[in-house]
Amino acid sequence: MGRTLLVFRLAARDLRRRPAEAVLLLLALTAATATLTLGLILNGVISEPYQSTREATAGPDVIASLGRLHGAETGPDPAALKALTDAPGVVAHSGPYLYTQAALEAGGVTVRVWAQGRHTSPADVDQPKVTEGNWVRDGGAVLEAGLAQALGASAGDRITLGGRSFQVAGVAVTAAMPPYPKVCYSPCRYGAAAQNAPPPPIESLPPTSKAGPPPGAFWMGASGLIWLSEADAQSFAKQTQSLGYLVNLKLADPAGAATFVRGHFQNLVTAPSLATWQDVFDGHMWLIEAQRTALMGGTWLLGLIALGSIAVLVGGRMTDQLRRVGLLKAVGGTPGLVAAVLLAEHVAVALLATVAGLVTGWLAAPLLTEPGAALLGSAATPAVTPATAGLVAAVALGIAGLASFVPAVRAARTSTVRALADVPRPPRRAARLIAISARLPVPLLLAVRAAARRPRRTLLAVAGVAVSVTGIVAALSVHADRYAEKAPGTDPRTGLSQALLMVAIMLVVQAAVNAICIIWATTLDARRSSALARALGATPDQVSAGLAAAQALPALAGALLGLAGGIGLAEVLNEDAVVIPPPWQLAAVILGAVAVVTALTAVPARIGARRSVGEILRTEAA
Amino acid sequence: MTQANGSLPGIGPVLRTQDLQMRYGRGAGLVRALNGVELEAAAGEAVAVMGPSGSGKSTLLNLLGGLERPSAGEVWLAGNRIDGMSEKELARLRRQSIGFVFQAFHLMDELTAQENVELPALLAGRSPRTARRRAAQLLERVGLDDRAGHLPSAMSGGERQRVAVARALVNEPLIVLADEPTGNLDSAATADVLRLLDGLRAAGQTLVIVTHDARVTAIADRLITMRDGSLVEETRLTRGTVGRLAELTGLEG
Ligand SMILES: Nc1ncnc2c1ncn2[C@@H]1O[C@H](COP(=O)(O)OP(=O)(O)OP(=O)(O)O)[C@@H](O)[C@H]1O
Ligand SMILES: [Mg+2]
Repeated sequence: MGRTLLVFRLAARDLRRRPAEAVLLLLALTAATATLTLGLILNGVISEPYQSTREATAGPDVIASLGRLHGAETGPDPAALKALTDAPGVVAHSGPYLYTQAALEAGGVTVRVWAQGRHTSPADVDQPKVTEGNWVRDGGAVLEAGLAQALGASAGDRITLGGRSFQVAGVAVTAAMPPYPKVCYSPCRYGAAAQNAPPPPIESLPPTSKAGPPPGAFWMGASGLIWLSEADAQSFAKQTQSLGYLVNLKLADPAGAATFVRGHFQNLVTAPSLATWQDVFDGHMWLIEAQRTALMGGTWLLGLIALGSIAVLVGGRMTDQLRRVGLLKAVGGTPGLVAAVLLAEHVAVALLATVAGLVTGWLAAPLLTEPGAALLGSAATPAVTPATAGLVAAVALGIAGLASFVPAVRAARTSTVRALADVPRPPRRAARLIAISARLPVPLLLAVRAAARRPRRTLLAVAGVAVSVTGIVAALSVHADRYAEKAPGTDPRTGLSQALLMVAIMLVVQAAVNAICIIWATTLDARRSSALARALGATPDQVSAGLAAAQALPALAGALLGLAGGIGLAEVLNEDAVVIPPPWQLAAVILGAVAVVTALTAVPARIGARRSVGEILRTEAA
Repeated sequence: MTQANGSLPGIGPVLRTQDLQMRYGRGAGLVRALNGVELEAAAGEAVAVMGPSGSGKSTLLNLLGGLERPSAGEVWLAGNRIDGMSEKELARLRRQSIGFVFQAFHLMDELTAQENVELPALLAGRSPRTARRRAAQLLERVGLDDRAGHLPSAMSGGERQRVAVARALVNEPLIVLADEPTGNLDSAATADVLRLLDGLRAAGQTLVIVTHDARVTAIADRLITMRDGSLVEETRLTRGTVGRLAELTGLEG
């Protein structure tokens, strides 16, 4: 018992002796645990609302739709859909319902919508649940909730539909179609079927009018969904000649929806498009999927940087630790005691970081998990489960343990005499760089030599900036991508930007912490050589410029690497070719990274340069 | 080594201090490290400063070299008052006019002997080639031409200190300031370094050497004794001669 107490007292005293280092360590670990928490919380945030929406709206298992083909003389034949409703395994259905397209204008924003004609009486399958206002009536349209949110429209508002004035009768949610802007019926195709089906004939379409799609054809791409009375839908169909029918099918075995679809799939442009409820769910997921990928990817990147920062911190303390080890051993401490003290320190910091990370993640989660209006119920209020807490703690403790292991082993092995002699880690010698630097102006000469003296730390600095910039550039690319295909109104996909922004901010914070760790270690370790350079005639400005450049050059290299890495990462994450963010953004990221690192260095460098050389050399010689 | 001193007008003092004061801390913790020190060193003179530990010898040397600023008083080097100079001017002064030799050697660990000697020349803006040639000459002069490519960690204390002396000379300084140059050395190495310093003195290099080691007086023209931050005694020595040094080294060797 006494021994445990001793370990804790020694650990506590050491932490108090070096508060700045403990805080840096805590920051580095917290940034990683917070992101991990967010990623874990976001998992499973959307599946529940989808299920409850499906129940509340008698959501279909399969949605079959058949739209008029461009150039076809007659409209589509609903008989093909009727046949599906009698297929084995189908236990209930609704429809056929007519659908058409029109341009909807609300509050100055124009969006394309699919308009579905509906009875005023409730349907057995897919009866959208009205969340605001009333169900359809003549002259009154019901807006899919995601669309209503994107437009900022609510019941009672006036809208223009295909040039005619309508009133928003209500707002409703459905489990039969993904939300705005992912709405699409035939000639769209879904899921597995979409992959080997011929693309819809979109070439040589006649010009689009402002009010509706090209006559007899359909718009593709970002659109929303509204419900109209049957009479209104029919009158629009007559006006635009864009016409299709859909049926909603309920199967005896909902899980077998995909099998059902495969059994009835025909690779013909005149055959119905079949979507399963899983396809619809994927459409909902797609919105949050990207957020989750961003957060999970971000967590990995942050974890990597955290490891780097911790390695630098621990490495920077090594000399100091070794000396303490010598003292402990000299007064009779065992190597085990020494290792236990170091471990206790890191475990304490890791536990704090776990709590801080869980709280931060939990507080930040609501910003990201807003369910989108398109589904019922608030998205499961983010909860920190014991599993989440356990995983986060395990990761933090794992990192801390790893960080303790190396110095503990080294410290335990070090001879007492050598440890007391306080022999610092001898610097590395990079003969080539030293020779080259002789030709450079004095600040660069000092910079290159300082960077070459600790190559591993310099590489960590490059890597830290590279990883952060990778994340930021990837975020910017995905962001630019989203905006390139942004739907009118508030595209819910731009909500992804929130997750990206969050990850980007965390990366910036983490990179700054990392830079501070590296600068802290470098400044400590360059104190003697800087003072010496000044004794030999370098000016304080040259010395501080040299130290700043010694950080800025690796930062620049890291930023350039990160630029390539980020675009590459976005390319991997995105199925389509990525949109490269505008050059000014990329330039800003690179310059920003270098400027931040330089500014962070400049402060300690200037402080160091103000201290008198004589004093530094006197203390460093001791 | 007469070239640097040749620029001096006549034989006026290269170095002069007037009522030099240095205080550290305040209140109860106030330490008067220097108490009105008046010192002169003529061109080509070798001055030894001795005194018990804590008497202010290192402080004096740091002030002479512009490594620290005095609390009060004046420091004149080659007719220029340096105690009020800006850091930038002081840096220029150090690289052009002053060579330091420290007890702890203070070589850059990652640089070879040759590169350590070149460094002040590079800081002074010499071309890499000039710096290299000059460093090679000096290493030969201190008898280390065969160790030019060695790192400090691979050299003995005496060898390291000779590298440090070569480094102090690379920019042809007006004055060399040495703080306990033999403090970390055994007798044989001490004799090597003293022989080297004696050679410098003989060549006309102005030297101020702070030391605990009475043997240093063998190469000095003048001995100054310090106590509690003041000069308490000054002895003009019979010029150190090669003979006496040989006698000394014979004794030790
Ligand atoms: N930075 C400082 N802060 C406070 N006191 C100092 C400082 N530097 C030196 N001193 C004090 O000034 C006095 C003179 O110190 P100095 O190092 O000049 O002595 P010294 O003669 O060189 O001693 P030694 O022979 O041991 O090297 C000492 O009492 C020392 O404690
Ligand atoms: Mg001293």
